[in-house]
Amino acid sequence: MRYGEILTAGVLALFSIYLMVKSAELPIGFIRGQGPGGGAWPFWLSGIMLICCAMIALNWWRRTSPPSQSDEPFLDGHGWRTIGLVGGGLIGFIVLIEIISMYGAIAVFLFYYLWFLGRHSLRLSLILSLSTPLLFFFFFEGMMRITMPTGMSFTDPVFDFLYDIIY
Amino acid sequence: MEILGLLGDGMLIALQPLNLLLIFAGVTVGLFIGAMPGLGSVNGVAILLPITFLVPPSGAIIFLAAIYYGAMYGGAISSVTLGIPGASTAVATTFDGRPLAMKGRASLALVTAAIASFIGGSVANIIFTGFAPVLASVALSFGPPEIFALMLLAFATFVGLGSDDIPKTIFSICLGLVLGAIGFDQISGAPRLVLFDINAFLQGIGFLVLAIGVYGIGEMLWTIEQTRGEVENNTPKMTARGMASDAGEAIREGWKGTAIGSFLGFFVGILPAAGATPASLMAYGVAKMTSRKPEQFGRGSVDGIAAPEAANNSASTGSMLPMLTLGIPGSPTTAILLGGMVIWGLVPGPRLFVDESEFVWGLIGSFYISNMAALFINLAFIPVFIWMLRMPFTILAPMIFVLSIVGGYAATRDMFDIWLILIFGFGALVLRRLDYPLAPAVLAIVLGPIAEPTLRQSLLLSSGDPMIFFTRPVAGPITIIAIILILLPALKLLRRKKPAAVIGE
Repeated sequence: MRYGEILTAGVLALFSIYLMVKSAELPIGFIRGQGPGGGAWPFWLSGIMLICCAMIALNWWRRTSPPSQSDEPFLDGHGWRTIGLVGGGLIGFIVLIEIISMYGAIAVFLFYYLWFLGRHSLRLSLILSLSTPLLFFFFFEGMMRITMPTGMSFTDPVFDFLYDIIY
Repeated sequence: MEILGLLGDGMLIALQPLNLLLIFAGVTVGLFIGAMPGLGSVNGVAILLPITFLVPPSGAIIFLAAIYYGAMYGGAISSVTLGIPGASTAVATTFDGRPLAMKGRASLALVTAAIASFIGGSVANIIFTGFAPVLASVALSFGPPEIFALMLLAFATFVGLGSDDIPKTIFSICLGLVLGAIGFDQISGAPRLVLFDINAFLQGIGFLVLAIGVYGIGEMLWTIEQTRGEVENNTPKMTARGMASDAGEAIREGWKGTAIGSFLGFFVGILPAAGATPASLMAYGVAKMTSRKPEQFGRGSVDGIAAPEAANNSASTGSMLPMLTLGIPGSPTTAILLGGMVIWGLVPGPRLFVDESEFVWGLIGSFYISNMAALFINLAFIPVFIWMLRMPFTILAPMIFVLSIVGGYAATRDMFDIWLILIFGFGALVLRRLDYPLAPAVLAIVLGPIAEPTLRQSLLLSSGDPMIFFTRPVAGPITIIAIILILLPALKLLRRKKPAAVIGE
């Protein structure tokens, strides 16, 4: 955790500097007749962020913050594995949205989580992963008139059938 | 007495069968829309606006106002049950609502939210009825320096919301403010902070993207990592006796927060640029500062739920005031309501109370009825929400992930935002592990777009002299209070460190 604290502070300090540089693309001072320039607000705030990072580093060096006193690892092997499986599932979910539609991706993600990670029965996993996207479809598209991504063209026949029901 | 007579007539209009039906339908629809992450009162009112052309204008605006009410009640439901604030007005409810739910007291959290919302709404209705014209002129006296001072006060309460690690809290506030500045400069219209030259950043980062990332994805990843995915389900079954006992506890433990939220919420709500979000946040901050048990805030304090819930309901009624009396909408939802009124041939402004007296008092009467209806409908549905929480965690967790992604997309209809939600979720997990408070960042991204233009307009007014925030009669005291509040935690920390140094010597 101690190593993670200083590494994160360093990354955030670099990010603050980057934000300052990007903000300075617009005027950062006071322009007579116009008030503060467009970059002033984010520039000075990013400057404060940088100072905060320096203070966090100082606290780390003085070992005053709880993470700087901790010898625990940031995440243990099991933690990395769990986050990898769940996070990987989420990345897969988002990638699939543009391929098999939002509703198709919901079905696949739910099945992966319920059956593979949750160890639920095949029957329950299938029921939930197929009924949830249908429910979402009728709520969002039918009731709220909010259109979700329909994926690539091979999903069209399914959506034509569903749209015939609600329109 | 004359006002009471007019109010009585208004209530009779609101109680007409069609209007009553519209109130119940509106509140129920609003409750579910508000409970859905990504959808809020503004979606409900906007989507259902065309339907209202089927009924008379008074019924139409009553229906839309009822949706607004229902959605305000509903916002707390996703905050408590899922840990995702469905709308910016319910962010502060998440701070204590979710921890209380995690302790198996979701019912207490939901009952507290319902009762506080009801009291907040009732107090606001009474003030609205009695003092509408006077308060409208007070609201008008708030210029950019006063609004900025108010925002500064809200930021000052953030410092109190964070952990003892002040640099991390200030970093979090500034990060939220900078993220809120991405997109276009509001005054010059020039592109600003287009990170890594990705054009998708031109549209800015919405509050909901950060909130869903932090509270939806980040919170779930953190819970899964901490508990190794084996979360004990300790939510008890809901019974009528249990709910009655929770109601008693909510009133006993949450009266102070409710009172603070009810009055503060209304006065912040009537200010044209403020609204229910700063109101709920400030109410939370003030409730924490004045509490005898401030250490319980963030760990499931009843006052911590009551204050923001009373405030956001009170503020939503308050925001109707500048809309009706001055024609100035106080929130996006009231802007749509205003649009609806104009379509129906009603001209909001000082003459509305004279020219369309029957309509105005019918609407005010409907506020009372809607508030009552919202309380009963909300209480009736609490067992359903509790049942949802009793699902095994391995079912609840993927559902929350799905709701986060779908809700995030529904709000902005942009896949780029979905990727940002995921990035914020992983970022939140890392920062939370290292004790960075994240609530101030989420609140700052909401208030930043209000604070920046008012600061710039104020400095333009004073030719760059910051004394404008100290010398004006309303802005001055607010600014000074805000500065004291910002300095207080630092002073407390210094006082705590001194004895330690003596021992060390």
